[in-house]
Amino acid sequence: MKILEKFKLKGLASLVFPILSILLGLFGAGIVIALMGVNPILAYKEMLSGSLGSFYGLSTTLLRFTPLAFAGLAVTLAFRAGVFNIGVEGQLYMGALFATWVGTSFAFLPAIIHMPLALLVGGLAGGFWGFIPGYFKVKYNLNVILVSIFLNFVAINLLGAAVSSVLKAPGQGITWSAKILDSAELPYFPGTTLHVGILLIFILGFLLHYIMKNTTIGYEIDAVGLNEDASQYGGINGKKVIMLAMFFSGFIASFSGSVEILGIQHRLTENFLIDYGYNAIPVALLGGLHPIGTLISAFLYGAIINGSSSMQITMGVPVSIVKIIMALAILGSIGMNGVRKIVSNR
Amino acid sequence: MELFIVSGLILTIPILLASMGDLYAEKSGVLNLGIEATMLMGAYFSYHFAYFLDSAAKGIFVALGIGVLIALINGLFLVTLKVDQVVYGVGINMLAAGLTSTLFRKSFAIGSGYEKCPLLPKIQIEALNGIPYIGSIFNNQNILFYLAIIMVVVTIIVLKKTKAGLVIRAVGDNPHAADSLGVSVVKVRYLCILVSTLFGVLGGSALTVGDLRFFQDGMTAGRGYIALATIIFGRFSPLGVLMGALLFGMADALQLKMQVLGSQIPYQLYIMMPYVVTLVALFIVGSSIAPKYQGKPFYRDRD
Repeated sequence: MKILEKFKLKGLASLVFPILSILLGLFGAGIVIALMGVNPILAYKEMLSGSLGSFYGLSTTLLRFTPLAFAGLAVTLAFRAGVFNIGVEGQLYMGALFATWVGTSFAFLPAIIHMPLALLVGGLAGGFWGFIPGYFKVKYNLNVILVSIFLNFVAINLLGAAVSSVLKAPGQGITWSAKILDSAELPYFPGTTLHVGILLIFILGFLLHYIMKNTTIGYEIDAVGLNEDASQYGGINGKKVIMLAMFFSGFIASFSGSVEILGIQHRLTENFLIDYGYNAIPVALLGGLHPIGTLISAFLYGAIINGSSSMQITMGVPVSIVKIIMALAILGSIGMNGVRKIVSNR
Repeated sequence: MELFIVSGLILTIPILLASMGDLYAEKSGVLNLGIEATMLMGAYFSYHFAYFLDSAAKGIFVALGIGVLIALINGLFLVTLKVDQVVYGVGINMLAAGLTSTLFRKSFAIGSGYEKCPLLPKIQIEALNGIPYIGSIFNNQNILFYLAIIMVVVTIIVLKKTKAGLVIRAVGDNPHAADSLGVSVVKVRYLCILVSTLFGVLGGSALTVGDLRFFQDGMTAGRGYIALATIIFGRFSPLGVLMGALLFGMADALQLKMQVLGSQIPYQLYIMMPYVVTLVALFIVGSSIAPKYQGKPFYRDRD
């Protein structure tokens, strides 16, 4: 995975790289928008004002940023250990499923225990879902990517099955869970629609940054990610590191789902968050696989997703244009890297 | 029973076309995760053009033309620019999802139901009519069904008996040795990607113009990844891949049948069955022997 070095950026570069790549993606998607007969500059102006132009827009952007940030940090952690965690989608579904179960049961618990317990149980479920492909890779050399993708489909359907049976709100025609109990809901910042789960992102981001930079396990993760065989000679148990990284990656990924339910939606529905787990991959890559860079690119991505709704309403450009923007940002950045290598070899 | 086998075979065909074509790319050392994207674009474009040109055949031909373009882009990134093959796969899959969904919304007024495109005609082979089982199973299928069967036979012969097969295997297992013998690694990989992409497109067509007649966002639902899994499950041999594709198709037919029968069990548990079956199959067969250079770009002056 030599490309990891290209993505892994330090210092200022980790701030500039996501912005440049996304500009590239916006440019490419702008051509698609123009081909639809819409002026891309006007469309993007609409996107910008919809996502950042008002207090309401900005707070909605922050609510989109939240699941992307958790999921992006999860991918970043696994990536640093050299594992492609494409299973975040399933891990966050499992997290939401179990957090909802705890959040709708145990009515006798005080908030100070109930809320963290819901997050923790969701975390263990997500962690377990991440651990499976890690374990199969290490013990049976199975392809992590394929195993994770199939587990995503399993998780999505398990959640759907649970919502329409065991977790279904009693006496209601709609297939959704009962409402999360007050004691498990994440509190709001006064006067806003923002919940305290957002604080957890920054705590986790800086914690990850600190661990990667200053601790032995952080060093081991990086060593395994760069070259598993070489790290083995250096006395590092690469298999253990990979399984641990995948567990904690799934653990962090779970917050993406559980915080969304406990903080915003308060009821679990089928398709409560679609594709955020897959979107986490461009977020992490464009964030230079650096915790802080990941948060910046998650914010930009959140703004684009949020702004695209206003763009769809006023300009008639489908929301799916967001996928084109992000895909072109990824393809553009790896493509330019490839071109640079060829040119510099001449 | 015959009905069940027939519906299983119809569900097998999209996977089989994609995986048999992709076997060439994988054998030549290219990890083509973008096969999911290729199938999705094949499904959309054949549907789109079949609808607007009012002919299933024309739809498929235009989609194949677009497939050549996709193959060139795949080759450019995977072979010439030597980018990370997994990252590229994620990028192109995302691009395909966004592009097909955007075009779909722009081209079709989505009202009460999805607009139906023309269907490929069913072919009658008189000679098969008298034979029990074979007649009812192998008759009355569309051209893609027979093409998939022919492709299996052709692939067995090409990979096992011809010089071309030897060259492809050499490029995947030891590109440096192949290169020193005067084989162009770049050309072989481009050609294998072309075969992979064209059959990926056909696999997608089999879903829309071959079977369902409508398009839906993300309708391939991971079938490209399943195709890759059947290659690993099938240990990179054509017959193994056929078994893998059949396993998925039959599991899919079974879950559909159980959904129709209905019961207290939530239908989602049936939907996830084929994925679970594929996972279990991967686990039972275990890691298979991939070509040594699968997933690794070829540098003439390195390693």
